[in-house]
Amino acid sequence: MVKPTRVTNRIRALRFAHDEMTQAELAERISVTRQTVIAIEQGRYSPSLEMAFQIAHVFKVPLDEVFQYPDSQEETK
Amino acid sequence: MTLEEKRAWIRLIVSVAAYGAYAFVVLSQTGDHPLAEVPYAAALLWSVGAAILATIVIEIVVGALNPRASLLKDERDREIGRLGDHVGQAFVVIGAVAAMLMAIADWERFWIANVIYVCFVLSSILGNVAKVLVYRRSLPQW
Repeated sequence: MVKPTRVTNRIRALRFAHDEMTQAELAERISVTRQTVIAIEQGRYSPSLEMAFQIAHVFKVPLDEVFQYPDSQEETK
Repeated sequence: MTLEEKRAWIRLIVSVAAYGAYAFVVLSQTGDHPLAEVPYAAALLWSVGAAILATIVIEIVVGALNPRASLLKDERDREIGRLGDHVGQAFVVIGAVAAMLMAIADWERFWIANVIYVCFVLSSILGNVAKVLVYRRSLPQW
């Protein structure tokens, strides 16, 4: 069954908080295409764990400050 | 648009154009003959060869026209590539099984060759359509 990703992220906010870093600059730092950064920001692509850590390292924050996943218990309330 | 998305578009268009040209050439020779008696082998081989050559040439030209475009292929490109190949692969299997059954049933070579070719083309079309759609939308989570 195809399901939309439930992973959300704060990459856009973090980029602006880091001297208005562009998508192209972030893409270059983690060696991916700008289109991949755009797809991640828009929630159209869930990156691998390794890429997620690379993004968190760029912003020097823990992983869960970049990516969030809804608690299944919260959803059933 | 990433390099890999451009490649998917090129392969999709070339596959459709090559098969369209092949079908036009074969059907235009029909006349009063049954379809299975139409000479098809040269047109089929030229169509496959021209498609391979055209894909290579167009990819080189597109690359030369955008020298600053990124040549990077990242993990998303690889995942989308795998998904497209997976979608297209089903038709390669269908073509092989159909050709095997047709050979066992003693069908004419025309039909066997053509069912294999049409399944290759469908494999390429559906695989590349899947890639383009996923690039435009999102990678499905299974």
